[in-house]
Formats: sequence, structure tokens, C-alpha cells
Amino acid sequence: MAGTIPWERVRKAGHTLTTPLDPDDYLRFINPLWTARELRGRVEEVVPETDDAATLVIRPGWGWRYRHRPGQYVGIGIQVDGKFQWRSYSVSSPPRRKGRTISITVRAMPEGKLSAHLVKGLEPGTILRLALPEGDFVLPDPPPPKMLFLVAGSGVTPVMSMLRTLDRRGTLGGGDGEDSGPDVVMHYSSPTPDRMIFRDELEALAEKHPGLTLHQLHTDVDGMLELEHPEKGLDGICPDWRERETWACGPGPMLDAITEHFEKEGLEEQLHLERFSLELGDQGGEGGTITFRNSGKSIEVDGATTVLEAGEQAGVGMPYGCRMGICHTCTLTLVEGTVRDLRNGDDFGQPNEPVQTCVTAAVGDCTLDI
Amino acid sequence: MAIADVKEYTHLSDEEVEQIGRELDAIRQEVEESRGAADAAYINRLIKIQRGLAAAGRVSMLAGTWGRRWAPRAEKPAIAVGAVCLGVAKILENMEIGHNVMHGQWDWMNDPEIHSSNWEWDTAQPAEQWKHSHNYIHHQFTNVLGHDNDIGYGILRMAREQRWHPYYLGQPVYNALLATLFQWGVALHDLDLERIRKGEKDPKEMKRQLAQILRKGRNQVLKDYVVYPALSGPRWKEVAVANATANLSRNLWSYVIIFCGHFPDGAMHFTEEELEDETRAEWYLRQVLGAANFKGGPLLHVMSGNLGFQIEHHLFPDLPSNRYAEISVKVRALCDKYDIPYTTGPLHRQYGQALRTIIKLSVPNSWTTSNDPAPPERSDTADEPSKDRRRKSDAERQPRRAELGAWTRSPRERSHD
Ligand code: FES
Repeated sequence: MAGTIPWERVRKAGHTLTTPLDPDDYLRFINPLWTARELRGRVEEVVPETDDAATLVIRPGWGWRYRHRPGQYVGIGIQVDGKFQWRSYSVSSPPRRKGRTISITVRAMPEGKLSAHLVKGLEPGTILRLALPEGDFVLPDPPPPKMLFLVAGSGVTPVMSMLRTLDRRGTLGGGDGEDSGPDVVMHYSSPTPDRMIFRDELEALAEKHPGLTLHQLHTDVDGMLELEHPEKGLDGICPDWRERETWACGPGPMLDAITEHFEKEGLEEQLHLERFSLELGDQGGEGGTITFRNSGKSIEVDGATTVLEAGEQAGVGMPYGCRMGICHTCTLTLVEGTVRDLRNGDDFGQPNEPVQTCVTAAVGDCTLDI
Repeated sequence: MAIADVKEYTHLSDEEVEQIGRELDAIRQEVEESRGAADAAYINRLIKIQRGLAAAGRVSMLAGTWGRRWAPRAEKPAIAVGAVCLGVAKILENMEIGHNVMHGQWDWMNDPEIHSSNWEWDTAQPAEQWKHSHNYIHHQFTNVLGHDNDIGYGILRMAREQRWHPYYLGQPVYNALLATLFQWGVALHDLDLERIRKGEKDPKEMKRQLAQILRKGRNQVLKDYVVYPALSGPRWKEVAVANATANLSRNLWSYVIIFCGHFPDGAMHFTEEELEDETRAEWYLRQVLGAANFKGGPLLHVMSGNLGFQIEHHLFPDLPSNRYAEISVKVRALCDKYDIPYTTGPLHRQYGQALRTIIKLSVPNSWTTSNDPAPPERSDTADEPSKDRRRKSDAERQPRRAELGAWTRSPRERSHD
């Protein structure tokens, strides 16, 4: 995207003309994608995948880096009833250096107001907010010689990005002769064949590449995958699974079972997991009184309540995005006091330090600039 | 002494005051629950119009100066039109957009670009300092002498309870200067010159704030008086004057609007004693009694940041400004029901009264009579302003109850209380 014009310098120079705003704050009225202040994207296409899932093809605006690694997810923010709601979705398209779009695949959750809106109600042309790709559930480069994917439901999306990448590079094992990529086994569970996102594409890929073996399990008929079962379990599907690097993505209980199984076999080193919800460790703060100085509100909280939740309870209009530490929308300035990152126990206590309120809790009294 | 003891309102029983509080809470909740897409569209549209006007103003001035070889007679009108667009843009930005966004009125949209935590406005005062001196101090301690620095901005004597001093004889002149240089007066507001003079201000904090003001002020001056004039070549002088005109009209306008909010006859002042044990409902009541509205059409209200609904704004500083008009109908009905005065009038009358007060109070109380309709019951002492009315530091202010908020600037100050 850099081109020949040093955009960053142009924007800096432009700032003296538009201070205290950025030139982008004006340019975006000409074209909504001409701003790097908040990343934006325009929905180009909504492609139905199944009854309840759709792929959104999005053209990102300025400031986007087309360098996501296959398997990463992005945050998208969309205005519903005047209010921005954020969720994270795996990028299903392979990264392309010259790409102009990315795609994410969304499944409408029965209780998920936003996902239903995304699948059913989005018009091409809608402008969204975007957060840069994140996550380390990714395809290594170069990939290991033998891989196993265990996915269920919409857990297929990050894996799809990896498979498409391998296919595009011509390095999916076997196939048209000179291919010499990894040997891939994929196990995919879904309630019914109809609900399998990307089923046709996966089948086509498996046909094209002898190095890709696809197992489909329809849990409404066949029941859940029983990992330890001698025939229907891992040993049956993929006898050499112990020699493979494994990527697993799907609902929490399934991931728990897989973790347990791998630990029992002492193979947890070879397992990569992607969970769709935030897990906060048990390294809570000790709590205290959090003061939100501009709104003049304060609240007493325990060490397990995030600063974001505390603010919301106190009635402060807290900014938030993904609520899981990805997008940094929730970042506020900590004027004084200390907060602890609930994911890893790191403390933040410099005066005027920016902190992510959705994953931190108070260690004693603290004051935030909002 | 609580607010309910103020003479005019002794007709309200404690229970009635609490009932008023509950009714106001209900109004608030109703608005909170009904905020939605239409409100979001309002602020987004307004921002679009405002930025369009600002851009049009700048472009028109530049086009006038650059194009004078081809259309010499269009130059002056182009610059004049540019100045008007820019002035209107600056007024909108300060009043309806900046002021209200920084109050958190639009935080509920969860839009990081229209959020109180990172909005910076087109005026000399850094947003952070404004949020302290205005959002916190002025809104929590509305019209409380010795607490609310907005009473006279540390320059004017605006209440009979403030001790007279020969310095105040020059008050009409200071007033004119304040109006002209309003953005710079506001820029220094949070520094609290009075406390600096008395050597009570933490030097470290003062330095930090000064650096912040200088940085912000420098960028503002550079933009309007160096960069844009330089871009217009030999006609730099005209463009600088046009920009100064835009800034001046914004200064005068915001000064007038703000002085109409609390200084017309009928808006009351309070003493520290009234803060003691103040309940939430009494706080509400103090906001109604301390503020004054003015009447006008929709355009006037938008141009004044909906501060013609100053009473509603003080009751609900963080509800979206486009809803104040509808809120005011309910608040008025409530005031009628409980027989509470609701100060309002046309803009010119409201400002005229404020101006009369400014002139009157430049001389000692004994030379003039009071226009205040209802001095507090403690009026026996009100005309003898012997009490110490100096401004308090945050540490000296009594701690507030949680629902009214608390504010701490630095750990140092906090250890004092
Ligand atoms: S809300 Fe996304 S990082 Fe906190």
C-alpha cells in the first residue's frame, strides 16, 4: 500500500492545517475508507455459505496491512441502533500481498443478535470498523511435514484460511505432481451435512490434492467424536496422529476434551488451540475503589471485576470493542494506581499509562481518565 | 443548611424533594433507554456539516487569494464568506459538538471517534483540563461560592457574597476583555491563577498544565495565524484577519451563551454550608435553581450547543443535547407542579441581566440593591461578605458522595485529605 508517496509524512504535514484533528477526519467525508484514524472497511459482497452462515468480503481502508497470517482473526465493529458492537472472526481468505479484500465467515448464533445481523441484514456498501489481525493460531512457515486439523462448526474458518493458503502456494501434499507440501488430515464435525460451511470447497480440495484427507462427521446422526475410541476415535481416523502437529478449533467442551486427551498422551507440545472466548487467569487484582475522574463517578470492586465492567456498573460510558484484549478500543489512561492484566498477571502502574480496561482489574485504588 | 432550607423552597417537604429527585431520575432513564440510531445520525450529520463548513471556509479564503489574477473582484467576498463559514464552524465545534462530546453525551455510541475520552476541540484549552474545571468542578459544585470557579472566572465579581475590592471598579473593562479573549481566558481556567498567586498550587502540576496549554495554544495559533496565511501568499494579512474574525466571533458568542447560563436574575448562588449532607435530590434542585435558560428557535439552540436548555443540561450533563428540548417540557411541568422557579427568557434579556449584574457588582454592595429574588435564609450574612471565599484545591473540597462523584488529580493531593 505504501506506493511512492510517503503518506505518513503527508498526513503529519497536513495535521498542522487541521489541528486538533487529523486530515483523515475530513477526507473520510469524501470517501469513508480514506482514514487511518480508525480502521474501516466496506462490505463488498455477502456470500451465503449455509442457511445460517455467510462470508463477508470486505475491502479495508487506509492503514490496513494485508499481512495477516493464515489462521488469524480480525475484529469488526458495526453500528446497531446507533451503537458500535464488536466481535472477532477468523479471516477465511488467504493472505495476498496484492489483495484488495479480506473475507470473514460468520455463523448466526441463535442468541447472537449481532451475528444474525451480519449474516442476514448486511447490505453491500456498509461501512464497518476493523481491528488489525491478531492471534497465534497460525500456519507456520514453512509448515511441518505432517498436520492434523480437528475442527467443528465455525471453527473451520481459521483452518480454511490455512488450507487455501497451502492450495494457493501449491504446497498441499500430492496433487498435480511436483507438489511437495505437508500431508494433511482434517476432521470436521457438524450437526448435518447442510450446516457444514465450505463443504463443497473442502471436498474439491481433497479431490485435487491426494495429500489432503477429509473426514466428515455428522453429529446429529453419528454422535460426537470420541477421541479415545479405537475405530471412531483419533487412532482410527488418523493412526499416525501422534507424529503430527495438531490444530484444533471449535466449541469449548470439544477443545477441553482434546486438551485432556493430548495431555494424557504427553503430546500437549504438538497441540495448537483456538478458543472463541476470553479466558482470564486466576491472577486477580486485590480490588479497590476505581474512580472515573471526568464523569465524577467511582465504584468499589473486587479483584476479579475488569475495569471495563466496573465502569459500566458505575454508569460510565466506557469504550469497548472485542472485550477480550484484542482490539484496544477499550484503552484508557490510568491516571494513578495500578491495574493487573488478568491474562498474565502483569501490572501496569506508571502515571498516565494507557491500559486495556477489558482485561485488567484494580490492584488497590485507581483513577482513570474518563 | 441544606438546599431545602433555602427560603423560597421551605414550602417543599423533605419527602417532596426526594419525590422530585425520583421523577427526574425517571426522565433520565427514559431518555437513556430510547437513545438510538436517530440520535447517532444527528451527531454524525452535525459533525459532517461542521467539518464541511470549516473546510469550505478555508478553501474559500485560499481560492479567493489564489484566484485573484483571474477574478480580482471575487477576492474580498471569497475571504469574507470564508470568515463567516469558519466562524460558524468554530462555534458549532465548540458548543454543540466539543462541549457535548466531552461531557460524554455520545459515549453510549461506543464510537472511539466521538468519545469523551479522546476528543480534542478547536480552542486553546486542552480537553483534559477542561474536563476537570468544567465537567467536574463546575458541574458538581454549580454556583457554590469558593468551589465553582465559573463564578466570574476568577476575574469578575459575580455574586454579592464575594468580597468587594477596588480592583473590581474596572469590572466592565475586564468583562469586555474576557469576552474578546474568551478562549484564552478559558485556557487558563484550570490553572487556577488565584491559587498560583497565593502559592498554593503544586509547582509540578502547574508546570505540566502550562506545557500542555502552550503546546495546544501554539498549534492553534500556528494554524490560524501562520500556516494558512502563509499558504495564501501576499494576501497573508487578509487571511490572518479573516481567521481572527472567526475566532473573535466564536469567543464573543460562547461568552454570551455561557454568561446567560448562570448569571441572569433568578439564578442563585450557594454557600458551602448548603453542600453539607446534600442528597442527590437536593443536588438536582440546586442545578435547577442555579441555572438559567433562554428561549429561541432550533437554529439558535444548535448554535449555542443547546445551552439555552442550561437547566436541563445541568440536571443531565451527559444526556445527548438533541434531547434537551423534549426533556425541558417535562422538567418545566415538574417545576410548575412543585412551584419551583424555572428561570428563562429571551437571549437578549438574559444577557442584559447578566451585564447589569457585572456593572452593579463593580461597586460595593451598599451602593446598589440586590436583584436576586430570593436570597438564602442566611441573608443576614450575605451582605457582609466577610467569609473566606477563596477557591479551594481539590484536596480541600469535602469528599463527595459516590453518586455525585469524586475526582483526584494526583496522588500527592490525595494524601492530604
Ligand atoms: S475491548 Fe477490545 S481490547 Fe478491550
